[in-house]
Amino acid sequence: MTTAAGTPSDRSVLPVTERYTLLGWVRRNLFSDLFNSLLTIVALAFIVFVARLLLRWAFVSAEWAVIPANFNLIMRGQYPAVEAWRLWLVIYLLGTVVGVSWKLISGQFSGAARVLIAIPFALMFVPFFSMGTRLYLLITVVAASTGYLVAGFLPIQRRGRAVAYLILAYLIVMLILLRGVGAEEGPMPPVQPILWGGLLLSLLLAFFGITLSFPLGVLLALGRQSKLPAIRVISVVYIEFIRGVPLISLLFMGQVMLQLFLPDGFPLVDRVLRALVAITLFSAAYTAENVRGGLQSISRGQYEAAQALGLSTFQSTLHIILPQALRAVIPVLVGQFISLFKDTTLVALVGIFDLLGIARTIIANPDWLGTHPEVYAFVAVLFWIFSYSMSYASRRIEQRLGVGER
Amino acid sequence: MSENDAVEEIIICQDVCKWFGDFQALKNCSLRVQAQEVVVIIGPSGSGKSTFIRCINRLEEHQAGDIIVDGIPLTRDVRNIEQIRSEAGMVFQQFNLFPHLTVMENITLAPIQVRKMKKEEAQETAMGLLNRVGIPEQADKYPGQLSGGQQQRVAIARSLAMSPKIMLFDEPTSALDPEMIKEVLDVMQELAETGMTMLVVTHEMGFAREVADRIVFMDAGEIMEVGTPEHFFTNAQHERTKLFLSQIL
Ligand SMILES: Nc1ncnc2c1ncn2[C@@H]1O[C@H](COP(=O)(O)OP(=O)(O)O)[C@@H](O)[C@H]1O
Ligand SMILES: [Mg+2]
Repeated sequence: MTTAAGTPSDRSVLPVTERYTLLGWVRRNLFSDLFNSLLTIVALAFIVFVARLLLRWAFVSAEWAVIPANFNLIMRGQYPAVEAWRLWLVIYLLGTVVGVSWKLISGQFSGAARVLIAIPFALMFVPFFSMGTRLYLLITVVAASTGYLVAGFLPIQRRGRAVAYLILAYLIVMLILLRGVGAEEGPMPPVQPILWGGLLLSLLLAFFGITLSFPLGVLLALGRQSKLPAIRVISVVYIEFIRGVPLISLLFMGQVMLQLFLPDGFPLVDRVLRALVAITLFSAAYTAENVRGGLQSISRGQYEAAQALGLSTFQSTLHIILPQALRAVIPVLVGQFISLFKDTTLVALVGIFDLLGIARTIIANPDWLGTHPEVYAFVAVLFWIFSYSMSYASRRIEQRLGVGER
Repeated sequence: MSENDAVEEIIICQDVCKWFGDFQALKNCSLRVQAQEVVVIIGPSGSGKSTFIRCINRLEEHQAGDIIVDGIPLTRDVRNIEQIRSEAGMVFQQFNLFPHLTVMENITLAPIQVRKMKKEEAQETAMGLLNRVGIPEQADKYPGQLSGGQQQRVAIARSLAMSPKIMLFDEPTSALDPEMIKEVLDVMQELAETGMTMLVVTHEMGFAREVADRIVFMDAGEIMEVGTPEHFFTNAQHERTKLFLSQIL
């Protein structure tokens, strides 16, 4: 720019040498005055102190042997080792589905898809993963990329619809693979959900908790705004009741009381499913309140314009109101889903061996006495990778969606 | 109009009353609008102009009197309401475009959802309408990326996409910067020339004088005076009409 060079802007006041150098940045941001310099030094000293303690622990005194020795348990609980290929197949297929969908509906969700594909990549660098596991993760990344490339050549017209069917089909295949079909001696013998555990179970509980509670929560939010008093009252009572109760008590109630509500002769519901029901019902109430916030942000003019065009209440809700309301609350919803992911650890208290439950059984094992710092640190890293990915993905989606709004 | 022409009254309002709580916003309003007529409604702020035209497509519910649109009586019957709404387009002061949809999607949504039109056909119609309002090149933009005048023209195209028999305008140029008012009024004038039945609330007296067949003056919830533009600008009867006109002209 020719004009900027001549005008005395903030930047040109600084000597040229300091404008973009590291030293210049440090001087301006960390040592701009006496107080700032003091703060910088104190903070630095504190960071060094903590980091040294941590590093000393991690590299000198920690007994990391506990992790590789229990690696499979941490990852998939009691899921039989001979059937582990089914889990990897589930993951490869997920990679493929993400790759294909990313290509087909690129645009608004490409940022999120990139993050999903980055997860297996990131996991390859977590310590204690065996070479075999890293290879399988690499295959996942390759599957995703292949899906992305191949999808470019598919002659598909209605891409949004195709992706919806693809995801639906994936969910069914996934459940069949996980659960198994046919006889005990068959190629895919059933594996009861109570044997699912570790990271596998934590991810499944979070995933199904989110996907099942989301539509329920949206319906409750709409119900709370309904003109029909009966529906409104039911929604309000449900939401306020659930929000007034801690998740842990719902989990206990789910374990002991769910069967009482079901008709006589209904087959006994699996423990894990009972926990999932409790998590779903719990999360739905919070989703409902968050979505309600979005609904309230929609101006009356939007409803009126839809009405004036002759759209029915259902049509205007589906095409005009919900898309805008949900868009407005994506950050809040993702925040809620991240807490839900972490809250699933409470199932450990009702005898289900999710990631945290497995951690507790490992440190209770006399062979590994006193290794809880190592086990918990490893578990924390796993949780962090997934939680951070979710929040990063949501920020990307927000940025993309922001484009058309202003 | 010659004697032989059957005079079709497309909007009939008879003694329409409307209350907001204790406050009576419309007092025995009666008006008959013929097909292809352009009627401009004027009056001071708060006089009930918006309420009146919003009753015609049931954005507000009237509590007494009759409203009959194209032979369909406006009752609680949901089917009648939906039918009337798809025959009467409405343009709002604040445009009320759908910000999450492109211009093209804004226009095609109702034809596809309500009229069950094929997507390609709806898009073709929409392009035609965008040409007509003079902004075909904006089809793939979002409303937020357009100027106020362009947005209002999209809103007009969106209403026209439902092939309405009647168009209701509620102060369509009041939220616009002065330099954009003309482009919207031009579109409306052209629409009037094609024979659209129009009910227009506006303060644009130039438009009223040139385009209106009749002018309605409302004050305090009542229709005070109805007449041709000539009548209004040369020999208005009521004191309040004269006062209002003297303030606005
Ligand atoms: N939803 C409402 N609730 C209560 N009063 C209203 C409502 N809408 C309009 N009014 C009142 O009705 C009167 C007529 O309003 P309106 O039709 O908007 O007037 P105009 O369009 O002529 O300015 C005003 O006094 C206004 O305050
Ligand atoms: Mg008004």
